[in-house]
Amino acid sequence: MDLVSTLLGGLAAGMVLFIVSVGLSVTMGLMGFVNLAHGAFAMLGGYVVVYSMRHWGLPFSPALALAFAAVALFAVVLERTLYARLYRASELDQVLFTIGLVFVMIALVTLGVGPESQRVVLPAWLAGQTDLGFLKYRTYSLALIAAGTLLMLALWLGFERTRIGAKIRAAVDNRRMAESVGVDVGRLFTLTFALGSGLAAVGGGLGAEILGLDPQYPLRYLAYFLIVVAVGGLGKVTGVFFAALLIGVLDFVLKIYFPKGGTMFIYALTLVFLLARPQGIFGKHGA
Amino acid sequence: MSAPLPAAIELARRHRWQWWEVLPWAAGLAAFFLFPTYLAFGTQVLVTILFALSLDLVLGYAGIVTLGHAAFFGAGAYTVGMLAAHWGWTEPLSGLLAAALVAGLVGLASGWVLLRTHGLTLLMLTLCTMALLEQAANMFSGLTGGFDGMPGLSFKPILGLFEFDVLYFRSQYLYALAVLLLCFLLVRVLVYSPFGRSLTGIRENVLRMHAVGAPVRARQVIAYGISAALAGVAGAVFVHATGYVNLAVLGLERAAGVLIILILGGYGRLYGAFVGAILYMVLEHTLSKAYPTAWQLGLGLGLMAVALYARNGVLGLADALRRRWSAR
Repeated sequence: MDLVSTLLGGLAAGMVLFIVSVGLSVTMGLMGFVNLAHGAFAMLGGYVVVYSMRHWGLPFSPALALAFAAVALFAVVLERTLYARLYRASELDQVLFTIGLVFVMIALVTLGVGPESQRVVLPAWLAGQTDLGFLKYRTYSLALIAAGTLLMLALWLGFERTRIGAKIRAAVDNRRMAESVGVDVGRLFTLTFALGSGLAAVGGGLGAEILGLDPQYPLRYLAYFLIVVAVGGLGKVTGVFFAALLIGVLDFVLKIYFPKGGTMFIYALTLVFLLARPQGIFGKHGA
Repeated sequence: MSAPLPAAIELARRHRWQWWEVLPWAAGLAAFFLFPTYLAFGTQVLVTILFALSLDLVLGYAGIVTLGHAAFFGAGAYTVGMLAAHWGWTEPLSGLLAAALVAGLVGLASGWVLLRTHGLTLLMLTLCTMALLEQAANMFSGLTGGFDGMPGLSFKPILGLFEFDVLYFRSQYLYALAVLLLCFLLVRVLVYSPFGRSLTGIRENVLRMHAVGAPVRARQVIAYGISAALAGVAGAVFVHATGYVNLAVLGLERAAGVLIILILGGYGRLYGAFVGAILYMVLEHTLSKAYPTAWQLGLGLGLMAVALYARNGVLGLADALRRRWSAR
């Protein structure tokens, strides 16, 4: 039983990682843009959820929807005004720009809200425990697992079965070819950037319970989001899903059994994995 | 200004010393006499310049983008710290060599493994290597002191003559300046050598360098190793000067910080490390304590502006201005 509950905890954390990281994977895959500021969108989402619940009395789910919309809109504005200038710039400039953006967002949040960490108050129907028959477990973690799985299915359907999904896949595989058969990759990118940032915002709100929420959030989890994307593969929704679950569970289990060196194993495994398969879990070699 | 020179003459003259290259060292010495109460801070600046210079070799000349350069700074720092704390090896100069050796070997080994990848994967792998070392330093606390590190280390006098000056940092400052000068001379010779030219060639066009038969990966790995050794020396000087080591020598914060410093100053141009380190550290020193949030906001905006408008840093801007001036 102990093992099952540990596993469930890890899965819930993994789902949060998936929801936050999936947008990063797709946008990096599309444009090759190294966006280290992705976690900052997740943080903003968390703050929108907390603020709108506390000050406007919004219930949890509408607050999440608001976070999605607000952050997606904000992301489009940023993408059109600033990111778009750097698509042809070097990796280094992109790294520099997005680190700068992270600092700015951290400072603005610290100035506006304060440096202390925030709590998301869960609604009554998500608090407490649910009886699964063989074990009682936190309702919220179960809800996270359900939500993550549903999202995964929805994204998978969208990716594999819709026209836009097909265009995205085509552009990730070979951008120039996709453009020459008439796919407007720039517009596609704006769309996925907005969607991905919106999802990150939802992940920030949903995950605040597990990952916490304070101005240092984007830096603290930067390595995790990047590891998930690198292991899952660029532009690969299913790959990111399994990578996130794997890392969520491993991290959770290792932190319980090896509280001191647990994180070391994550880095070591990532290192070995990326050396063996630099294209990610399902990546094709030489792609 | 004279007319632009033909490329061949320009190339042959590149490595010659310019009169103004004396200025940084004269200024370094002058600072010793002018600001006797700021020498502890000055030593930190010198260490940071050396660290940024080592990064310039891989980033600016070889074109390898790394997020984990603090791994080597930390390797050097911990080498010196552990030798002193556990085996009583407190002679500073041999400590420097040991630090360079250990950090260089770590650099060669990790470079040999990592440099077959590129782009995001390489970025992630350098980050992971550093995080791995950081976690290892945290875990094996018997050797490394864990989270608290190793405070209160003391070292033998430099060359048996100059005691480390705990109060005013006088000998530390001159020691750091001398080490920086030696390392700078090495880097300067290196980047103007055929080896350095081939690194630049790899940065500018890998395919073409492959095509002309240059051993691309071997060159990159060697540059990575040399740069790691220099970063290790910087870490060692840091420990000699301050007398402590802790996990902060290895973190993402230090790695990102040195990257920012180098890019602010201008990478791939030797003196960018100097300008960037002085500018950044003086601003940080004066602003970050009093207005930490404003400092972070300003730093962030500054980085975004540099990425968008001033890709070659402060020195690049100065160059552009000078060119515009002389074009009149």
